[in-house]
Amino acid sequence: MIKKNKNRAYWKKNLQYLFTLLAVWFVVSYGCAILFVNYLDKIKIGGFRLGFWFAQQGSIYVFVVLIFIYVYLMNRLDKRYSEATKEEDE
Amino acid sequence: MSVQAWTFVMVGLSFALYIGVAIWSRASSTGEFYIAGAGVPSVVNGMATAADWMSAASFISMAGLVAFMGRDGSVYLMGWTGGYVLLALLLAPYLRKFGKYTVPDFVGDRYYSRTARIVAVICAIFVSFTYVAGQMRGVGIVFSRFLNVDITLGVLIGMGIVFFYAVLGGMKGITYTQVAQYCVLIFAYLVPAFFISLLMTGNIIPQIGFGGVLADGSGEFLLDKLNGLSQELGFDAYTDGRKATIDVFFITAALMVGTAGLPHVIVRFYTVPRVSAARSSAGWALFFIAILYTSAPAVAAFARTNLLNTVSDTKYTEVPSWFKKWETTGLIKFDDKNGDGSIQYRGQHSDTENELTIDRDIIVLANPEIAKLPNWVVGLVAAGGLAAALSTAAGLLLVISTSIAHDLLKRELVQEISEKGELIAARIAAGVAVCIAGYFGINPPGFVGQVVAFAFGLAAASFFPAIIMGIFWKRMNNIGAISGMIVGITFTAGYIIFFKFIRPDLNMPTHWLLGISPEGIGTLGMVINFLVSIPVSLATPAPPAEVQELVDNIRIPQDEGPSHELSV
Repeated sequence: MIKKNKNRAYWKKNLQYLFTLLAVWFVVSYGCAILFVNYLDKIKIGGFRLGFWFAQQGSIYVFVVLIFIYVYLMNRLDKRYSEATKEEDE
Repeated sequence: MSVQAWTFVMVGLSFALYIGVAIWSRASSTGEFYIAGAGVPSVVNGMATAADWMSAASFISMAGLVAFMGRDGSVYLMGWTGGYVLLALLLAPYLRKFGKYTVPDFVGDRYYSRTARIVAVICAIFVSFTYVAGQMRGVGIVFSRFLNVDITLGVLIGMGIVFFYAVLGGMKGITYTQVAQYCVLIFAYLVPAFFISLLMTGNIIPQIGFGGVLADGSGEFLLDKLNGLSQELGFDAYTDGRKATIDVFFITAALMVGTAGLPHVIVRFYTVPRVSAARSSAGWALFFIAILYTSAPAVAAFARTNLLNTVSDTKYTEVPSWFKKWETTGLIKFDDKNGDGSIQYRGQHSDTENELTIDRDIIVLANPEIAKLPNWVVGLVAAGGLAAALSTAAGLLLVISTSIAHDLLKRELVQEISEKGELIAARIAAGVAVCIAGYFGINPPGFVGQVVAFAFGLAAASFFPAIIMGIFWKRMNNIGAISGMIVGITFTAGYIIFFKFIRPDLNMPTHWLLGISPEGIGTLGMVINFLVSIPVSLATPAPPAEVQELVDNIRIPQDEGPSHELSV
């Protein structure tokens, strides 16, 4: 029964991470690079218009970083989970 | 040495490498044949996935596509990378935990339905075949352009190579060969990109040079120069979009979601040893893909600037030598309409008539020559194009042979088949698939190019919602999932067939539903799938207890069963 609660807590935490990271994913790709692209294009950094940079460079960098953040968070969560369930078995 | 000789050397060396790797890593069991014994480290798997994913189209056509589309090219850049975030977060870890071989396995077990499994098998085979025919064609084109070999002979050589390592090595052979192919293709892509970036902006990293100032001493930003040149010649400014925002939104979403639903990509995540490795391997895959995908738009801008600068309003007798060379292949066509002897290259807003037609593939193929690079670099680009085409073809052939030998034969038709028999069946299926793919490569049906692009929309409207709901919503039952898939795929396919095949004359923004082009309609199909499957599921009985337990089980990382052989 306690294990079941642990499982539920693990899943809830996972969903929390998912929603946060996917929100960033959505804002960067569909927000910065598509919906607000003309708006951001008014800002210029070096030779890049910001919206254009997000559309052709920035969004891809963010995608890579997002996955590795998720990998890090989940590995940490997995470790805590396995420690917690081990204690219970003992 | 001449370009021709260097090309033979580079292509020959790379082929010898692939064959060596294939012999070293051949498969001896069905587990190794289908999923490399689930023992591939995540960095290696990421690299293999990247090679599997990046096709001849990514390597040869993408930079050109972006060069001619300007900012709108981002639909491909983001669409074909953003899907990996969905894969890593929403699909890969759970499917790995589920621990069978294929997508149809998951659909069949989760929805406790043979119909669902068979529908999934047919979709997987259909998508893979249309894709693989395009790759074989790509092999033929590279051979004919660089080596002046007949396309048919080129396809036959490509078939021979793929046959050798896919049939012999299965997933294990393919995975390690793909690692070698990734190294060849990324090296071949980056060398000219570094050179051209250094030449134009003085900065060797293309991603930085892209936003830098020109090296010609003018102090002008490259992109400003490109915008100015474009508008002067009657094109739209390079960094402006032309497509409607809603269309860009829907196409990007269809490509992203479609990527996450493609069977030959998903199956890669069954080959890693653990659930956590499935997550990190998606990260590595995207990292290796991103190296090429962030260089491509830079190469596109450099090449476009070069093209406008050197070719436009030049006397035809004074054009650079690469122009004449590629003219003989038909990739560049000059028609002196006003008879003044110089080349007017103009956009749609110009009063002067355009006299130049350019094939987008030229951007990558002629890049080394435009940048005046040594001959061995040209040979390297040919080897890179072949690596991209062969690695993707091999991955797809494996999905086809697995679908036939495992999903159809073992699970449906002859369930008592022995491991050895199944392995032989898988090899025969791979061999037959190579021959069929080769046939379509030599005699491409006109619809292949179009169908490949739409495979994404169809995958988005069918597989993706079924798998996502299968993991994240326990209440989703078989009737809901099947009706969602049928409605989603019928709607999407119907829309595409109507505008592409029945009434292509109506295929323009004013006639599109909500302004969404057939390329982007898969996103709407996916939304419809969700809207149908959820209420239908709620109105019909909940899935049985053991299926709900299965879902509970795949959500939790423990007891994952490290070896697949034990669970077969």
